[in-house]
Amino acid sequence: MSAEMPSGVHGRLSILSAAWVVARRDFTAILFSRTFFFFLLGPLFPVVVGALAGSVGSSVERSSARPEVGVIMTGADANAILRARDGLAERLGQGLPGLVVLERLAPGERADPSAALAGKRANIAAVLSGSPAAPVLTGPRAQIEAWSGDIALIAAQAEQGALAPWPPVRLQATASSQVSEHKARLRTAQAAQTLLFLLTMMLAGMVLSNLVEEKGNKIIEVLAAAIPMEAVFLGKLFAMLGVSLVGIAAWAAVGGGLYLAAGSALPDLPAPAVGWPMLVVLGILYFSMAYLLLGSVFLSIGSLAATVREVQTLSMPVTMMQLMLFFFATYAMTQPGSAVEIAAALFPFSSPFAMLARAAQDGAVMPHIGALLWQGAWVLLLVRVGSRLFRSRVMKSGGSRRRVRRALRRQSGGRRSGAAVE
Amino acid sequence: MTGNGPQAASGQLAIEARGLVKRFEGVTAVDGVDLAVPSGSVYGILGPNGAGKTTTLRMMLGIIDPDSGYRRILGAERPHDVAHAIGYLPEERGLYPSMKATEAIAFLGALRGLPLREGRRRAHELLERHGLGHAASRQIRQLSKGMAQQVQILGTLVHRPRLVVFDEPFSGLDALNQGRLEAMMRGLAEEGTTVIFSTHVIAHAERLCDEVAIIAGGKVPFAGPVDLARDRIPAQVRLETRAADGPWRLALPAEARREGQFWHFALPDTGIEPLLRALIAGEAGILSLSIERAGLHDAFVAIAGAAAARALGDQTPEEMAR
Repeated sequence: MSAEMPSGVHGRLSILSAAWVVARRDFTAILFSRTFFFFLLGPLFPVVVGALAGSVGSSVERSSARPEVGVIMTGADANAILRARDGLAERLGQGLPGLVVLERLAPGERADPSAALAGKRANIAAVLSGSPAAPVLTGPRAQIEAWSGDIALIAAQAEQGALAPWPPVRLQATASSQVSEHKARLRTAQAAQTLLFLLTMMLAGMVLSNLVEEKGNKIIEVLAAAIPMEAVFLGKLFAMLGVSLVGIAAWAAVGGGLYLAAGSALPDLPAPAVGWPMLVVLGILYFSMAYLLLGSVFLSIGSLAATVREVQTLSMPVTMMQLMLFFFATYAMTQPGSAVEIAAALFPFSSPFAMLARAAQDGAVMPHIGALLWQGAWVLLLVRVGSRLFRSRVMKSGGSRRRVRRALRRQSGGRRSGAAVE
Repeated sequence: MTGNGPQAASGQLAIEARGLVKRFEGVTAVDGVDLAVPSGSVYGILGPNGAGKTTTLRMMLGIIDPDSGYRRILGAERPHDVAHAIGYLPEERGLYPSMKATEAIAFLGALRGLPLREGRRRAHELLERHGLGHAASRQIRQLSKGMAQQVQILGTLVHRPRLVVFDEPFSGLDALNQGRLEAMMRGLAEEGTTVIFSTHVIAHAERLCDEVAIIAGGKVPFAGPVDLARDRIPAQVRLETRAADGPWRLALPAEARREGQFWHFALPDTGIEPLLRALIAGEAGILSLSIERAGLHDAFVAIAGAAAARALGDQTPEEMAR
């Protein structure tokens, strides 16, 4: 017999059509849910936490005074030292240590620098004694070694008296040097990588909780009976990708508004090697790939877990692994053209991060096309493996051996007592 | 029992399965199941809990693949190829709680290839026809469990499938809705739709089914027409006599037992006439005699009980008595 087409039905859905049915449902359901609202607020949390941490940090910094050098010398020597320090500071900036006179000695009088260091003022990190001709710096080794050059310079200046005229330096500015451009682009690459990583982690977690919720609703069997599991997986992945792109668009709009409002007050990131428009396009593509790769792994995990607690247990190692891969890609970024960078670009889970960093540092576009195809192939492979795993692990009614044997024993007991099996 | 659809008479099979085996973690849940479901029939899969009914249905529908064996559904070896012609109500009901009833039905149709717009139109129609019009715009989470289940049943049928598979469809429904569902299943069969359902409540199968398969311990000890299942157990004779004793007693089968005024025994293979003659000749004084045909329930207990015992390596009551 052949399956005659029921009226109005278009026939067997292709995998993509079936995925579209699932994606459309998930997309609208998530977009109008509280989850999406919290997702939109998500980036605010790190910003708020960062601002709070910054404010606490600066408050702590304000309360702890800058370390200074205490001076114990005769009045004349102390004055000469202070004059020399101030004179040099005008030319060298604030790099010189601050000096505070602790004690002005009478000629021939002696004092103990160690005792002075142990007492009273918390911000005195070393004590300068002796005279400008024979200065003695007392304090912890690391501190006095760091300051010895500066103190020698100040002492020499104090010994000389008036400041010698310095020859004027004629400045010839260039746009940038090879080193500064490289450093600047590294900063852009790092920023792009970090943004990509944070977004991916946030979304992969969402797709995982979505699947667990689905299992809780028992809808998954209806889906599995009607369409191939690959379509369910693809639908879910792409729905979440769509949701995330809407979220990113919303954040970009808000961020753009803030940028326009703040104007030049915001720090400028140097232009990437491929240019900003191309970096944005590649950023979206690599974000999609990174999310799809991680999302398909998380979906597979979700298929193995029955409860949220199980999901957390199972996803923890993947999250840690992802963190390590992020560090790997960050390290690889500092070694352009090395075997490490190539390895990071080839390994599918670090590839989007490594390649995005490369886009900031290297203007060639062709490698990105190859990388995107490579990553896409891995997405397909992972979806396939994940959906098979899902079918083999989730859809079984029997459960444990003990449960099956219990059920069979019940049947036998019912028959033995003559009871109906209804 | 419903009347068979026209296709049943032609001998075509909606589902054919041979030697299906499925193991989970070393436990054999389904062990060599053979099934042949005629098109247009109402077919019951009967078995106690944990017998392997759901696993068998899931294999038929392609939700899981058998470890070995052969299956063909609506002529296709890959069930998803004919998914558009199948409706399935799983044992564990599930709908998206935030979806409105109409949308839920249309979505289930869309999964089977029905365009959303047409699905919504049909959903309204179905909800009205089944007295649920007032729930059309309500979210599933706002419906009672029974109403949500009815919505899912309508979603199973919205694309007008040729084959409908219900896994334990009556569980969770009150008596009134069970009656309605039975009527709906009869209606589907009359329209030529093949209806398969699993149940552990024999009464539903007895009222609805043309054929049944009894599953126990992952095996199918019986599959065929309901009448054939009943014939597995000989008819029971109930005899009431005026005389308490006499030579007529020798005519009764050895296993005949007395309960009050009545004698009970299985109808002898030779039929009732020789027995009647012997009773009359022995002056038993027959006050009443009835022959009762075994019900599907008795047949089920006899068939499924023995199979379950075999699966466990247990002894049958008769073996234990011996």
